[in-house]
Amino acid sequence: MANKLISEMGLPKSTAHVFAARNIITAKDALSLSEFELMELLDVGLEEVTRAVAHISEFACPPYQTALSVLEQRIQNENMAGHLPTRLKGLDAALCGGIPFGVVTELVGPAGIGKTQFCLKLALLASLPTSYGGLGAHVIYVDVESKFSSRRMIEMGINSIPEIFQKEGLAQEMAGRILVLRPASLSEFTESLQQIKVSLLQHHVKLLIVDSMAALASGEYGPGPPRQHPLGWHISFIKSLAEFCRIPVVVTNQVRSQVHDDASRYLFQVQRIAELRLKKIPQNFLLILLLLLEFTGLMLLLFVLC
Amino acid sequence: MEISTLPISASQRGKLLSAGYTSLSSLSSLSPSGLAQDLKISETEALEILKVASQRNGLNKFENGSRAIVNGAQTAWDMLHEEESSIRITTSCSDLDEILGGGISPKEVTEIGGVPGIGKTQLAIQLAVNVQIPADYGGLGGKAIYIDTEGSFMVERALQIAEACAQDMLEYNSLLRKNFKPCQGNKEPKEFLDNIFYFRVCTYTEQIAVINYLEKFIFEHKDVKVVIIDSITFHFRQDFEDMALRTRLLGGMALKLMKLAKKFNLAVVLLNQVTTKFMDGSFQLTLALGDSWAHASTNRIILYWNGNERYAYIDKSPSLRSASASYSVTGKGIRNSASNCKRVKLM
Repeated sequence: MANKLISEMGLPKSTAHVFAARNIITAKDALSLSEFELMELLDVGLEEVTRAVAHISEFACPPYQTALSVLEQRIQNENMAGHLPTRLKGLDAALCGGIPFGVVTELVGPAGIGKTQFCLKLALLASLPTSYGGLGAHVIYVDVESKFSSRRMIEMGINSIPEIFQKEGLAQEMAGRILVLRPASLSEFTESLQQIKVSLLQHHVKLLIVDSMAALASGEYGPGPPRQHPLGWHISFIKSLAEFCRIPVVVTNQVRSQVHDDASRYLFQVQRIAELRLKKIPQNFLLILLLLLEFTGLMLLLFVLC
Repeated sequence: MEISTLPISASQRGKLLSAGYTSLSSLSSLSPSGLAQDLKISETEALEILKVASQRNGLNKFENGSRAIVNGAQTAWDMLHEEESSIRITTSCSDLDEILGGGISPKEVTEIGGVPGIGKTQLAIQLAVNVQIPADYGGLGGKAIYIDTEGSFMVERALQIAEACAQDMLEYNSLLRKNFKPCQGNKEPKEFLDNIFYFRVCTYTEQIAVINYLEKFIFEHKDVKVVIIDSITFHFRQDFEDMALRTRLLGGMALKLMKLAKKFNLAVVLLNQVTTKFMDGSFQLTLALGDSWAHASTNRIILYWNGNERYAYIDKSPSLRSASASYSVTGKGIRNSASNCKRVKLM
């Protein structure tokens, strides 16, 4: 909507011409300037500028929905109102039905806790036919650390849902729906993301997994708090993918120990701690004074005795 | 009054000045055709200028009237009266309400910031639901506008909070009016969702456009009593290189929101992210968007972790004491902290 053309918004002709003559073509160009700047630049009066800005804003403004209509649409159009069940009762209840569509879900935990196993299971569940409670769709699995194991996934399937996997050919069909990508570097990942965007739209892909996000960024951190996250662009791109294709996206992340210092506090918290410390000092000071007195007294006593 | 204060275009102003018209009074006795001849402009244009000028003159005359010394001003006494009678939006956490003087106040811009996961969006959804509590229950009975820039609004969660709110209202009803007929205005949870207008904004241009458009939208939907922007920061932090432009755009937006809050008597709630800032030799957390933005909002509330408990701290407010209170995020929404023996702590 930001790139909507001003000339197509039905402004009064004279006003539209003035905008075009000053090379203000899109809504973005116009709205990036204040009303006074526009007055100067376009050489028209305040009233006309405010009227034009209001008009452009109305056109560039995204449409609204009530929260109720959003909810009803999801219930109508999507599996479980937009959720992929994990089949873990407690987790599904907490997540209102499962991994939500349209947003990014991050799995975090220490090494060996089972993040990859969790992802494998999710890929399997999404690839199940809809008659068995799956999404019956393709899955894109970005495997950064080469941890994906088809054997393990089939094993999981046979053990957890034997009635399906013992059927001839179904295991093959489902495993065939899972596309594994193995980018070797961040730049390769960037490239494949662009491809994923295209294939998400063209093919019936209903789940995207990135295992793991942290491995992509490792080694690219400098000391001190980073100014801009190396994966900032990727994360927002993935987020927009999830939202506009209305699919669940699952990414995994590693854990790091964090130093608890002032960098995780606000100024008012630091000040309060400093005040507390100040209050403690007099007590210590008295104690030291007392010790000193005692010490000198002892010395004097010794001196007298000698 | 001088010509230079008139809201007309630069070239028209230049023409007026070069033709010798420097004060408003010099324009007062002119006819449009005379002015058009003098300035070598079309008659309609001259008429426009005279219209603007006479409006200005009219304003001046009114200012000299007996009622108000300055047009559009209000006495402090009237403001006090208005403030006392205005209903605030409860946060559903009585400790938090206490330090806020009853809740989020209408007519003002309130900024709420904190680290990811502290409960900013939860609080925002809670407010979007609570603004709809009918007047019979001490609420505003209004509607909410929710402008989502991050895609973090969850309808399921809004439904849960609405269900809890409807439940609370029923309980309150049965406690208070045991022998009376059931109170009118009991609401279904879904009704709450129907009164939340949700805008999903994907670029900063759209964000500005929505804020510009709000005036018209609220004029058409007069019962909107809260505007929530979750978050004001998102599009201005990523891929934004021109810092001067950013400051200007944010400043303009803040002004428009303040005007909106005053004009329609509604609360504006802005969510903000945090950043680290180098101060006095160490890094510290602070709200994003820099110092000039810090002046933009009337009230500023920081949500923070204190050990394993969530706290809210009033960082800036013209009328409230700076204080902190604990709160918790429960299945029902924002509520009092369970392990709260110390009550409110005033600093």
